[in-house]
Amino acid sequence: MKKNQLTLRRRGYILLMRSLMLFSVGITCALLLFLLAYVLVKGLPGVTWQLLSGKPSYLTDTIGILPDILNTLYIIFATLLIVIPLGVGAAIYLTEYAQNKRLVGLIEYAAETLSGIPSIIYGLVGMLFFCQFLDMKTSLLAGALTLVIMNLPTVMRTTQESLKTVPQSYREGAFGLGAGKWRVIRTVVLPGCVDGVITGCILTVGRIVGESAALLFTAGLAHALNGFWASLNSAGATLTVALYFYAKEQGKFETAFAIAAILLLLTLFINLLAALVGRYFKQRRSL
Amino acid sequence: MKNRRQLFENIVHGVFLALGLITVGCVLLITVYLVASGIPAIREIGLFEFLGGQTWASTAAQPAYGILPFIMTSIYGTAGAVLLGVPIGFFTAIYLAKLAPPTVKSSVSAAVSLLAGIPSVVYGLVGMLVLVPGIRIWFKVPDGASLLAAILVLAVMILPSIIKVSITALEAVPKEYEDASLALGATAVETYFRISVPTARSGIAAAVALGVGRAIGETMAVMMVSGNVANMPSLFQSVRFLTTAVSSEMAYASEGSLQRQALFSIALVLFLFIMLINAMLNLLLKQKAERS
Repeated sequence: MKKNQLTLRRRGYILLMRSLMLFSVGITCALLLFLLAYVLVKGLPGVTWQLLSGKPSYLTDTIGILPDILNTLYIIFATLLIVIPLGVGAAIYLTEYAQNKRLVGLIEYAAETLSGIPSIIYGLVGMLFFCQFLDMKTSLLAGALTLVIMNLPTVMRTTQESLKTVPQSYREGAFGLGAGKWRVIRTVVLPGCVDGVITGCILTVGRIVGESAALLFTAGLAHALNGFWASLNSAGATLTVALYFYAKEQGKFETAFAIAAILLLLTLFINLLAALVGRYFKQRRSL
Repeated sequence: MKNRRQLFENIVHGVFLALGLITVGCVLLITVYLVASGIPAIREIGLFEFLGGQTWASTAAQPAYGILPFIMTSIYGTAGAVLLGVPIGFFTAIYLAKLAPPTVKSSVSAAVSLLAGIPSVVYGLVGMLVLVPGIRIWFKVPDGASLLAAILVLAVMILPSIIKVSITALEAVPKEYEDASLALGATAVETYFRISVPTARSGIAAAVALGVGRAIGETMAVMMVSGNVANMPSLFQSVRFLTTAVSSEMAYASEGSLQRQALFSIALVLFLFIMLINAMLNLLLKQKAERS
């Protein structure tokens, strides 16, 4: 019996495409594994208690990154504190109030535009507007406000997505019982968007941890150890900016790699958290 | 009583309207600041000298402010990164969207997300210590900090966004198209490349546009590996991008000087590039939405 075989040309085409795909997937995975292995192997030995718990000192000639860690936490906290109400409010306006299609289109177009602007431009405008025009000098607060503008579209979008899943009948039920619009939003709509807000927060934290260009000119480069309120008014480097500073300006690669290892672990943790939270909410919604 | 309640609801409405308009305000703020601070230097230097001048010597006794080297470097660097990154991202996306078994798909997707989340300074650091010496030894050039190093780093950095957006586009292809092709006797691989890819082409084009935007706007990683000298672009020479031109001199340019103003003008040029790419991206996405 004659076998039902494809022509040589078709088999060749399939083989070529298959090998190109496997090759590309291989490269992608190899790149990540190499990056992880290289940074962790070079960086983890440098992560010592002394590095984590101290600040840079010329007297003892040691480097500590505690101020940078704290600055990163402060700036994350300050940014979230401001961006959540703004983003959630904008999302509520778009899904609950807005009737004018053109206005909705304009707001969404603005959000799209914001998410496409590179961080160096945010840094420049942040420097001009917050540091100079509003006279905040280079400070963590100016940096946080710059990051608020950057992350506003993200929080807005994730909240919007979750608001769309609140059933229309809930709102109608509340209206039918005589509730005003604000009451419906407060008691029915807001509880429904918790998952979107949390997802938005995780994405925002991930972006802040990795951000550097926008902070270079707005939050500055100091390594002083401050409390939360004092630090908002003074300059301070986050972990990424400190990494850049140690690697490029000072050539202290050991410290730079230690910071890089910490940043990688943080990224790993944030990604894991995002995946877990996403799965949790998906499960809960399908119940 | 009723009036007070109405008034309260109106106030709440107004507050939410204001919050909704913040994004629009931010875009306006950025545009106005960039244009207002970027125009004076261009007027003083002259548009053609500024955009077409081949020498940038902002601190020389006879300062020259030509940013053609930066523009060309940004274009070449982005083109190179796209040339390397797009094929790899494209094939990876097809495999993940169509052929990969579920476990492979979920683990490689996780890897891609992780790749997207790694801070750009980490890419820069690894590039600085692996790529730069590597290029120096392999190609026997005096300094490895070059356009090539920047292209390689950028190619890796745009990979995740290309893969993710392409996967979304490929998964949106109607199953019936593929079934019809399979029923006519085409194999799986042939179907995916000849039916699914052409159907998803505007989404894939959007992925490329997104990658271009990422590459042209990247600053820190590029600053760490490209050597940062204002040469006209050449693969093995130190170069300076539009982004790095701004960030490398901003720290010491004194306030009110022409040098500082020229840096804002560079940022304006970069902004215009980005707006152009964004407009293209929006057009592509709209096309896709209309078709489906």
